[in-house]
Formats: sequence, C-alpha cells, structure tokens
Amino acid sequence: MSSAKNININLKIWRQKNAKTKGSMETYKLDNVSTASSFLEMLDQLNEQLVNERKEPIAFDHDCREGICGMCSLYINGRAHGPDTGITTCQLHMRMFKDGDTIYVEPWRSKAFPVIKDLVVDRSAFDRIQQAGGFVSVNTSGNTIDANATPINKDDADKSFEAAACIGCGACVATCKNGSAMLFVGAKVSQYALLPQGKIEATNRVLNMVRQMDEEGFGNCTNTGACEIECPKGISLENIARMNREYLKASIK
Amino acid sequence: MKLDSKIPEGHISQKWTDYKDHLKLVAPNNRPKIDIIVVGTGLAGASAAASLGEMGYNVKAFCFQDSPRRAHSIAAQGGINAAKNYQNDGDSTFRLFYDTIKGGDYRAREANVHRLAEVSGNIIDQCVAQGVPFARDYGGLLDNRSFGGTQVQRTFYAAGQTGQQLLLGAYSALSRQIGLGRVQMFNRHEMLDLVKVDGKARGIIARNLVTGEIERHSAHAVIIASGGYGNVYFLSTNAMGSNVTAGWKVHKQGAAFANPCYVQIHPTCIPVHGTNQSKLTLMSESLRNSGRIWVPKKKEDAEAIRAGKLKPTQIAEEDRDYYLERRYPAFGNLVPRDVASRAAKERCDAGFGIEANDTNEGVYLDFSTEIQNKGKQAAYAKGNHHPTAEEITALGKQWLEEKYGNLFTMYQKITDENPYETPMKIYPAVHYTMGGVWVDYNLQSTIPGCFVAGEANFSDHGANRLGASALMQGLADGYFVLPYTVSDYLADDIRTGKIPTNSPEFDEAEKRVKDSINFFLNNNGTKTVDHFHKRLGLIMWNKVGMGRNEQGLKEAIAEIAALKDEFYKDVFVPGSADELNPELEKALRVADFIELGQLMAMDALQRKESCGGHFREEYQDSEGETLRDDENFKFVGAWEYKGDDISKEELHKEELKYEFIKIAARNYK
Ligand SMILES: Cc1cc2nc3c(=O)[nH]c(=O)nc-3n(C[C@H](O)[C@H](O)[C@H](O)COP(=O)(O)OP(=O)(O)OC[C@H]3O[C@@H](n4cnc5c(N)ncnc54)[C@H](O)[C@@H]3O)c2cc1C
Ligand code: SF4
Ligand code: FES
Repeated sequence: MSSAKNININLKIWRQKNAKTKGSMETYKLDNVSTASSFLEMLDQLNEQLVNERKEPIAFDHDCREGICGMCSLYINGRAHGPDTGITTCQLHMRMFKDGDTIYVEPWRSKAFPVIKDLVVDRSAFDRIQQAGGFVSVNTSGNTIDANATPINKDDADKSFEAAACIGCGACVATCKNGSAMLFVGAKVSQYALLPQGKIEATNRVLNMVRQMDEEGFGNCTNTGACEIECPKGISLENIARMNREYLKASIK
Repeated sequence: MKLDSKIPEGHISQKWTDYKDHLKLVAPNNRPKIDIIVVGTGLAGASAAASLGEMGYNVKAFCFQDSPRRAHSIAAQGGINAAKNYQNDGDSTFRLFYDTIKGGDYRAREANVHRLAEVSGNIIDQCVAQGVPFARDYGGLLDNRSFGGTQVQRTFYAAGQTGQQLLLGAYSALSRQIGLGRVQMFNRHEMLDLVKVDGKARGIIARNLVTGEIERHSAHAVIIASGGYGNVYFLSTNAMGSNVTAGWKVHKQGAAFANPCYVQIHPTCIPVHGTNQSKLTLMSESLRNSGRIWVPKKKEDAEAIRAGKLKPTQIAEEDRDYYLERRYPAFGNLVPRDVASRAAKERCDAGFGIEANDTNEGVYLDFSTEIQNKGKQAAYAKGNHHPTAEEITALGKQWLEEKYGNLFTMYQKITDENPYETPMKIYPAVHYTMGGVWVDYNLQSTIPGCFVAGEANFSDHGANRLGASALMQGLADGYFVLPYTVSDYLADDIRTGKIPTNSPEFDEAEKRVKDSINFFLNNNGTKTVDHFHKRLGLIMWNKVGMGRNEQGLKEAIAEIAALKDEFYKDVFVPGSADELNPELEKALRVADFIELGQLMAMDALQRKESCGGHFREEYQDSEGETLRDDENFKFVGAWEYKGDDISKEELHKEELKYEFIKIAARNYK
C-alpha cells in the first residue's frame, strides 16, 4: 500500500434525471485520486467535488463495499464491474488505472433493468423470479428434523454452495448481448437441485422460475459465455446446463 | 419511565418453555385481521417477516436497499454458533449460555442469553431445512470450527460467507411469503418516523426513496429490525447505508435507548490506508484459528518495516513478539475481540506498529506456521511420509485456500499484497454495536406495540459479545421469539380493525418528517454531509473509541454538541425532495448519528468501570486488563429522551441479576 500514488483522471459518466427523461454522457475531471482508493471511493471524491460546486452528485448504487451485497453495478470502460475479473465494482481499485486515463461509466443496460437515475437501475425483476419459486417450502417454525439427520455428500454441498454464492448483482444480464438472466436463474435452480431438501419441489421450481424470467423480459441464452467471464463470483456455465436439464426433465414429466 | 424486564419466574432452563406455554395466542382465523410492520429485512427482519407471514398475519416489510438480499447481514463471514455438541467436545446449552454471558463481561441479561442458547440448535435445523449450504465433512455431516472466547467447536459456517448464506435462506423464506401474497415488500423505502396512537405504536412514516413520496403505513404492531449503528464512527466494517434512524426515531418517541456506549471493536480488519477511505474491511475472525498474530520484538525492526526497508518474512522467529500467545497462553490468538483489540493497540501505542500510514497502526496475522502444519498433515494423509519442503508449502497453501480462499482474495484485491506469501496486516476497527433500543424479555420496547430485534436492540450481548453470536441472535429473535411474543401482544387486537392513517397522529408524524426534509433542502450551508460525518467519526474514534477516559469523554460531549449546531447552520444538501436523492438520505441519517454520538459519550462517561468493549482507561489492573465494578455498575443503562438537548437525557438503571451463574473476573489466561 505504501506504493500508492495520486493520479488525475477524466470521466465520462452517464447522467439521467429519471426513468422518463433522456440521458447523456457528461465529462468530469478529477485530480488527486489515490491509487489505493476503490472505484466507488473515487466516485465519492467526485461527488464531494460536485456538491462543493453546488451541483448534483451522481447517483450510484452501493452498500457493503466489500463485494458481497451485490448492490454496486456500473459498466466501466465497456465492461461490467470494470477492467478486472472476479470482482464487483466496489472491489475495483484505482491502481488499475493510469494517470491521465479517460474512464467511461455507464449504468447496467438491459430492458429488464430500467434506469432509475444516473447509474442506478431497477433490478427487482430478480426478486420476482426468486418469489416465483427460489426457495424450499418449509415452515419457519423450527420444528424440523435435526440438521445432521440429512447427510449431504460434501461435493454436492460444495457445488450447491458455489451456486448459492451468486450475489444477484446483474452483471451477467448487463454483459449478455441478449440480456439473458440464465446464469442468475441457473445458479438459483442449481443450489436447490443439488440438495436433497430441494428435490421435492424441483419440477415446479424450475418451471415457475423460468416462466417468471421470461415474463420479466430477459433475453434468451445463446451460449456466448460472456456472463461467466464477468460474473464476480465465478458462477459457472455448468449451472445453466443444469437448469436446462432440470427444465427438460420438468417439462416432460 | 418504568423499566420492567418481564423476566419469567422459574429455573433458568425452564423459563422460556414455561413462559411460552402461557403466552396468549391469536387463532389462525383472526390473524388476517391484523397488520404488522417490519422495518428492516436483514437476518432479524427477514426471519421475523417470513415467520409472521407464514402464521397468517398481514405483514408489510421495509428496507432501504433495492432488495432484502442486500441487507448488511449478508457481509457476515465467520459463522453462527449453536450448542449442538456434534463434535462431542463438551458443548451444551449451558456452556454456550455461560460463554456468552462471560464474553459479555456479565453485562447481559441472564434469561435472554439462556433462551438464545436454547434455540440455537433449532436455528441450524431450520436453516438446513431451507437449503442453506453449510460446510460439510466427507461423511456428509455438518462441519464446525471455533471462534474467539470459547474452547469448543460450535461455529457452523459456509466458507467465509455464512451471513450471506443465512440471509439468502431467510430471504428465500421471505420471498416465498411475498410470492404467496402474505408479505408485502417495500424496497427502497426508508422509515423516517414512528406513529403512536394512544401511546401504542400504530404505524410508521416512510419515504419512497425513488419518488420521494412520503407514505403513511399503519399496523397493530411495529417491529424494528434496522441493524446496528457502528457508522456513527464514519469508518467501520458496516455497510455504508447502515444507520440508526429507525431506532433513534423510536427513542425520540419514548423508547429507552440502552447501553449506547457498548461498541465492539473487531481485531482483524484491514488497516486504514488514507483520508479518502470510505469504509473498513473485516477479515473474518475465523482466520485467528489459523493465523498467528505478531509484531517485531525490536522497535528498530518495526521502523525498518514501516520505512519499507525490511519485509516481515525477513524477521527471524525469535525476533517476533507473538503477544497474544505470550500474554494469554490458554486462549492465545483466540482471546475475545476486545482483549485482542486492546492488545494490538497497546503494541502499536508502544511503537511496534508495522503499517506505513500516519498512525503506524497495524499488526501481522501470519499463516506461515499453519501452512507448514497443514501441509505436512495433507502430505501424510496422501500417504506421502517424506514430503519435500515445496510439497509441504504447496499443500499447506491449498488447504488455506479451501478454507479461506475468498477472504484471501478479498485481502489481495484491496491491498495488492498476496497473503499466502506475506503476513496480512490487520488492525482493530469498529464493527458491531451492542447497545440499542431497550427491550424487555418479549423484545418489546418501552413503547407498547413497538418491538425491536437483532442488532437494533440491546438485548443479549452486554459489553462484549463474542463472535458468531450476532447471526444467532438475529435469527433467534426473528424465527423463534417474536412469533410468540408479538402474538401475545396482538391477542388483544383482534377486534380493533384497520388502523386509519388519516388521524391527527399520522398528520403530526408526517409533518415532523416533511419539516426536517424541507429544512435540509433549504438550508443554504456550505459544507457537505460527509464533511460533518467524518468530523463526528474522528471525535468518536479518538475519544469514544477503543480506550476512553473522563476528560476525553467530556470533551467529546461538548465537541459533538458544537458540531450539531454547526451541522444545522452550515450543511448543504443539493437536489429536491421528490426524487432519488442520496445526499438527502445521508443528511437525515447523519443528523441522528450526531445526537446518538453525544449520548454514547454520556453513557461511557457515567459508566465508571471497564467492561469488555467499554474500556475506561482509569479502571484497569496493573497488567492493563479491564476492571469491572460489579457493585456499582451491574446494570443496563437505559436513557430517556428529554427533547432536543441530548445532555438532558435521563438515565434509568435496570439491575442485572445473576441467579444461575456466578459472576467472576473475566480471565483468558
Ligand atoms: C463484515 C461483518 C462480518 C460479520 N461477521 C459475523 C459473523 O461471522 N458472525 C456473527 O454472528 N455476526 C457477524 N457480524 C455481525 C452481524 O452480521 C450483524 O450483527 C447482523 O447481521 C445484524 O443483522 P440485523 O438483521 O439486525 O441487521 P441488518 O442485517 O443490518 O439489517 C438491517 C435492515 O434494516 C433496514 N433498515 C435500516 N434502517 C431502515 C430504515 N430506517 N427504514 C427501512 N429499512 C431500514 C436495512 O435495509 C436492512 O434490511 C458481522 C458483521 C460485519 C459487518
Ligand atoms: S450469476 Fe454472477 S453476475 Fe449474475 S447476478 Fe449472480 S453473481 Fe452477479
Ligand atoms: S457494494 Fe456490495 S457488492 Fe459492491
């Protein structure tokens, strides 16, 4: 960290007052950005500057700032979550940029994720997909069997965990030329398909989640694999394949 | 104000069971006549909303993020405790109860903590039934690890993402209820005030953060599950949006606020790098199972490291001071958080800190011993009884990666250093708040019908909660306590009917909210909200932080009061009320943080003793350990709001009675 230095950058940022108005790219100049700062800290710094100039700061989504809540988004220089792999935007650091760089910042662009303001988009479609079946129907009464009464093969548990690690950020959708949500939905379907607890409702789950996904206006998957590359949690395409298998099984039942 | 903790009679192990048997019920056919508001959908709120929805009540749930899945609970890394004794290492309900009370430095309520320990096993069963993918061993059974302050392995985990998996589990249960129409979810909504009718909580005022619309929502009971207030320090491990507004507004409406000064400082966070930093990142405590903490023994080595002339790997074994192992041989690196944090501060204050920032605050968390041990084990397990040094190191690193891979990656992304090759740098940071809205055994505040759950209440943790118990408490409150106690309260409401929102009480509350929004938008100040938040944070960290003393606290009280005046005179908030306006959101939250900050300092000042996370420098023994004063301070400090001037708040004391365990000095040596 002692190697941190300060750089000056130029920013081209998408500004859009709300869902109804048209947006445009605006240009900003920001000096003295520490390369130890995160990308979002750089935006904070820009916002501080804007407010001090009595201008409206740029709205962007964020919360945990440690790569786990899935709230941050942003298309940076044409890539979801910016120029690094396996990370979210809050984990992107300014050491990835050089003095004098021009950085393009845009919101997720997808029909199913309408812009709310500036860089903030509405991802509630993901919640509705989950509400359509992304759960095990068990009462929350605590009157369940002892947890160890259902042994689960370690490999299955690990694979299920890997699928469950999806943070619902939407980078997969944003980066897909078809705006497909298959990686997200595949991850959710897989998590439960791999566990004995989820098996009983597997048929309804996959049918309902896929139906909702289509209703939300997400595109279809044409196996380009861009989603896997940009997914900050390394969710694998295997999950899409598993979802397709589950879907096929469910459809012919 | 009367504090009635409503702790049931009887033997500690029977209290909750007997009590539940006698709580009033609401018949299933009457539940749809009753509305419940849940503010917050982290572990506590999501589990409560899902459970109450499941029971058949009409639930309205609120969160300020775009989805319940983003709540701060998602960030918890290490794990969740439960007294399952799967490892057969002597764990039991009593032992979990005892460890937690002791870890809380005997400043938590016995009956509550026992209940927590009792339902802990159920939580794991429930979560597994929901499909939470906990770590498993090769026999297919659940795996455990240990956390600070205990000598058994009772922590259940899902890699370093336990909170995430538990929250997604609760979120899935909640989603199911939303899908069934039994819970109505209000995302991107912030509760800005509580509405009381005839002294009872009957609704809230919320702002739709997208449209700016001020909404009225009524209910027969209101549950606040809005999380902790660590962000009063500006820099903390909390998510950026975490705030105290819901709890503080309830306080202003008459709910006592308890033990505000109890703040947990977490020993293993990435040190501060610079002035633009917005938050601190935690490295899970579970790393202390495998890492050894040290600083150089010689000052000149520490200086050379800070100057970049020496690398930690160049310091010989005998020149390293493993200060926790030295001071606390029985618990070593696994001492509780407050002990580990203070010990780090002590070494850095003494000049041995290794971080090259303005404060030199940093110590090492070193995995090299573990790499060797685990590498050797792994080689042997593979039948290789004469592994080369390279083989051992490679296998050891692989072991670490399996266990903590995501944490190591996270560290590397932030610091640009590879923790497999060089020790991590860590330093304590504000993490968890043990104070909160005062609640009785039913988790009800001093306002009838206003319940408070999870980190937002003060209930179970006392002065220094141990790791892996916050997740446990959130889920215990939501899944297994509130469904009973809220029903008991609501049993009298089956004939009340809908609560109208066009009453004078709603008018008044809405006016309070609108006035304060208008004030901020029209205040023609010159400084940003963050400017004030950062200044508040510095006062808090320097004077109400890891060590506190009378003079510093008195200064803090005066400085915060002055900062408040300046804030109202000089803050500038751009934008308008009827749109997404993050600066406005921040201003409203910081206004509450400032008042709370002052109360925290007042609470710390009156507590003339040291206990756990509250370390008053005047009260320590010759070895620098905390000195409690059980005779005079064995109470919960609950404050009553008395108007704008926070210094007028009145302290009420709830005596803590320990009937079933013997209070002892907390000793981890
Ligand atoms: C980095 C990190 C690691 C941790 N690791 C562990 C661990 O390993 N084990 C452990 O036991 N604990 C751990 N903790 C602590 C634990 O995560 C928290 O104490 C716990 O998750 C809090 O849960 P909660 O439901 O009370 O609140 P939160 O999860 O903070 O949820 C608060 C909710 O309230 C909502 N909200 C807040 N204010 C308002 C408002 N005014 N209007 C509407 N909605 C509002 C938010 O939107 C959110 O939904 C960790 C904490 C952190 C920060
Ligand atoms: S699959 Fe990956 S990219 Fe898509 S929402 Fe989940 S974490 Fe984000
Ligand atoms: S802010 Fe939470 S993932 Fe980036």
